[in-house]
Amino acid sequence: MSNVTLNINGANHTLDVTPDMPLLWALRDILNMTGTKYSCGIGTCGTCTVLVNGMPMRSCVMPAISMAGMAITTIEGLDPAGHHPVQKAWNDVDVPQCGYCQGGQILTASALLKRNPNPSDQDIDAAMSGVLCRCGTYHRIRTAIKLAATYSADEGGAT
Amino acid sequence: MKTGQQQKGMDRRSFLKVSILASGALVVGVGYEGPLRAGVLSNERWEPNLYVRINVDGMVTIVSKNPEAGQGVKTAFPMVVAECLNVSWKNVQVEQAPLDDRYGRQVIGGSRGTPDGWDDLRIAGTAACHLLIAAAASEWGVPLTECEASSGAVFHAASGRSRRYETLLEIAAGLPVPDVADLKLKSRPSEFSLLGTFVPGVDNPKIITGQALFGCDTRIDGMLYAVYEKCSTYGGRVRKANVEQIRKLPGVTHAFVVNGTDDLTGLLPGVAIVAGTWWEAQSARKQLRVDWEPGHADSTAAYDARADTLKLEAGQTLRADGDVDKALNSAKQVVEASYYYPFISHTNMEPQNCTALYHESGKLELWAPSQNPKGGRALVSATLGIPEDRIHVNLTRIGGGFGRRLRHDFMVEAAWIARETGRPVQLQWTREDDMRHDFYRPAAWHHFKAGIDAGGKMVAFDHHFITFGANGETVSGAGLSPDHYPAGLVPDFRLRQSIIETHVPTGPWRSPGHSAYCWAYQSFFDEVALAAGRDQLEFRLDLLSRSYGKPPLDLNRTSGALKIAAEKAGWGQRKLEPGRGLGLAFHYDHGGFVSHVAEVAAVGSGIRVLKVWSGIDVGPVINLSGARNQVEGAVVDALSTAQMEITFANGAAEQSNFSDQPLLRIDQAPEIECHFIQSDNAPSGLGEPPFAAAAPAITNAIFAATGKRIRELPFRRSGISV
Repeated sequence: MSNVTLNINGANHTLDVTPDMPLLWALRDILNMTGTKYSCGIGTCGTCTVLVNGMPMRSCVMPAISMAGMAITTIEGLDPAGHHPVQKAWNDVDVPQCGYCQGGQILTASALLKRNPNPSDQDIDAAMSGVLCRCGTYHRIRTAIKLAATYSADEGGAT
Repeated sequence: MKTGQQQKGMDRRSFLKVSILASGALVVGVGYEGPLRAGVLSNERWEPNLYVRINVDGMVTIVSKNPEAGQGVKTAFPMVVAECLNVSWKNVQVEQAPLDDRYGRQVIGGSRGTPDGWDDLRIAGTAACHLLIAAAASEWGVPLTECEASSGAVFHAASGRSRRYETLLEIAAGLPVPDVADLKLKSRPSEFSLLGTFVPGVDNPKIITGQALFGCDTRIDGMLYAVYEKCSTYGGRVRKANVEQIRKLPGVTHAFVVNGTDDLTGLLPGVAIVAGTWWEAQSARKQLRVDWEPGHADSTAAYDARADTLKLEAGQTLRADGDVDKALNSAKQVVEASYYYPFISHTNMEPQNCTALYHESGKLELWAPSQNPKGGRALVSATLGIPEDRIHVNLTRIGGGFGRRLRHDFMVEAAWIARETGRPVQLQWTREDDMRHDFYRPAAWHHFKAGIDAGGKMVAFDHHFITFGANGETVSGAGLSPDHYPAGLVPDFRLRQSIIETHVPTGPWRSPGHSAYCWAYQSFFDEVALAAGRDQLEFRLDLLSRSYGKPPLDLNRTSGALKIAAEKAGWGQRKLEPGRGLGLAFHYDHGGFVSHVAEVAAVGSGIRVLKVWSGIDVGPVINLSGARNQVEGAVVDALSTAQMEITFANGAAEQSNFSDQPLLRIDQAPEIECHFIQSDNAPSGLGEPPFAAAAPAITNAIFAATGKRIRELPFRRSGISV
């Protein structure tokens, strides 16, 4: 077992993990932070996406011990009150169907808007094509990202 | 507590029950005798099922009895109660019911939630509203008919008085319970104010902030995590396994062989590994060595060879109208084509999981993302020998159902492991477990022959359907009704069936059967229309204009949905750019009439689906957002599924993850425009009906755009990439 201190949603957590334990399972089974979901385990579907220093990363294939010193944001930490422009747009457009992949979708979209506050359809497709949705909410994801861009603009830029 | 009862319908006797809780809240429940016996514990005794609770602070709690897998029922059902109770949606909170026999059917399947719930939900809301109006009227000493309810209050216009519901609860509880037959239930779109509007899902606030909702989010003090290794071939048994060695691995608390049963839908033999974290259990699994007595050795290659032999045989005739051989001989033209689609998996984003807690007292508690928790409880009870009344099932939100979670292997595995270990255990399958141990939608071959008369009409239809079965009977998801269209739409018709024996587990898959064979029928209709030199829309509307004997579907509603989709897509009205094409298809299943028109563009060697226009008649729309979501999702799902294929070699599935079985991605998804026909018919469900016609509309559009007719799925078998 290895000792590692992770900075998650602004708080430090020190935990014991096996050297190869992915961040996903450290979050879910040691810290009981279940917002980050398992789906493929091989980094292909994007369901388990978290932000690492603001960049979307696949937590199912990143060893937790490699994350020391980085700022990790999970869906629980984006805005626990749900007031982030992307979260608000996701509710207003009613994007979720089953909802299982939506944490990964929302975090990926928030990273897109931070670097590109006014994305085109092509920008959205390029940024979001790594996150799968079995229910087929893609149509609404595009709409919600565009709506979130207007909310972000109203608030003086993407958060 | 008071009850009211009234004969209602042919086979149901509905009851209302009203009571007041210690908190002062007014509770209204609905029960009925009949096939489902909701709320009825025995003929003499029954208890309310708490559909609606009006609290002293004015908030209204509405219980959602069915599981939620993204089909939107947890929002739609409470909307119906709120509509009839005349309360503001912002004052409604929704509670998920556990499995409880008092609620009757608690299943996601067959798109039956809405039609089954429609009466009870309206009765509960209307009865509560009626009592509150009566309470106010009695307080004011005015006739009940002079009072009206709206936004959680009763108003008497003549005197300008009003009372909030929460001030009337105790009085209402003391009034006679109305007879169900005396209640005037809202039923038409013109009477609705909340129904038909766009209401975001009630779980959205939790979903967007990552709060625990799903089966795999369950956490119990002292809980362990389990993986379960089964034989890659179906029905394989464990001869021996190195469980002693596994028990010594880091974090592992238990490792043991489960002998299991012979039931391929039940507890399959395997090896359970339990650890302090799931990763430790899964890591230990990589060291697991099992000597398997293998199961069956089915293979796709053997199926294909068998299908080639069977197509030369006559098959079993399931239906014969007129004389199809004679009609084909005398037809002006005969069109012949064969269609094939493969096995596919459900691929829920949330792999199967279940959490179980076995108490020393012999009680078992389960947290299950199940589409049919009652079925799961029955399987667990029979397999573990625990009486059903000692098993409590909590319904969690479900990360995608699509029919997969109508089977309960994951529940019985978790229950067994929990009892064996004596600890709360969460069993979590890997994606690979999930794809290799599914209940697949079976493959099939359709060999069609159609005769066209001198006027261009399709007058004869011969269909040889080659499907899968066991002991000569079709397996789950492999049947085709002999009364399915075009039976009844052509004078001379014959359906023949041949069966390939299989040992692969199969099961319901979103609109079972329809989701597959509609593509074959509607593609072939395109070929027939083309051969007859007729417009695809006109050919279909003509086909739907007459029937021979009992019509196989409602011709007017089917045509209506087709017409609106075609009109909105500009069918025959606009000139398309070169390399583009429109295609259409109609279908009816599970109570819903849905047609789609797709526009496709040829892009290099592939295609891009640009847009889909959908015409939908499911009666009144309950939640406009949820309804559109089902249609939009079904179109994407259909395009995605048409790229998928599960093959078998030596008895095992050859695909195991998204790397070899990719789902559609956002850049491949079309724009979708929904047009609902808001009729006064009773509402039907929408989880399934929008799926079937989407794939053929798209493949017909591909033909129009590229000249390539797709007769085999997935698309890549026909050299088409999306």
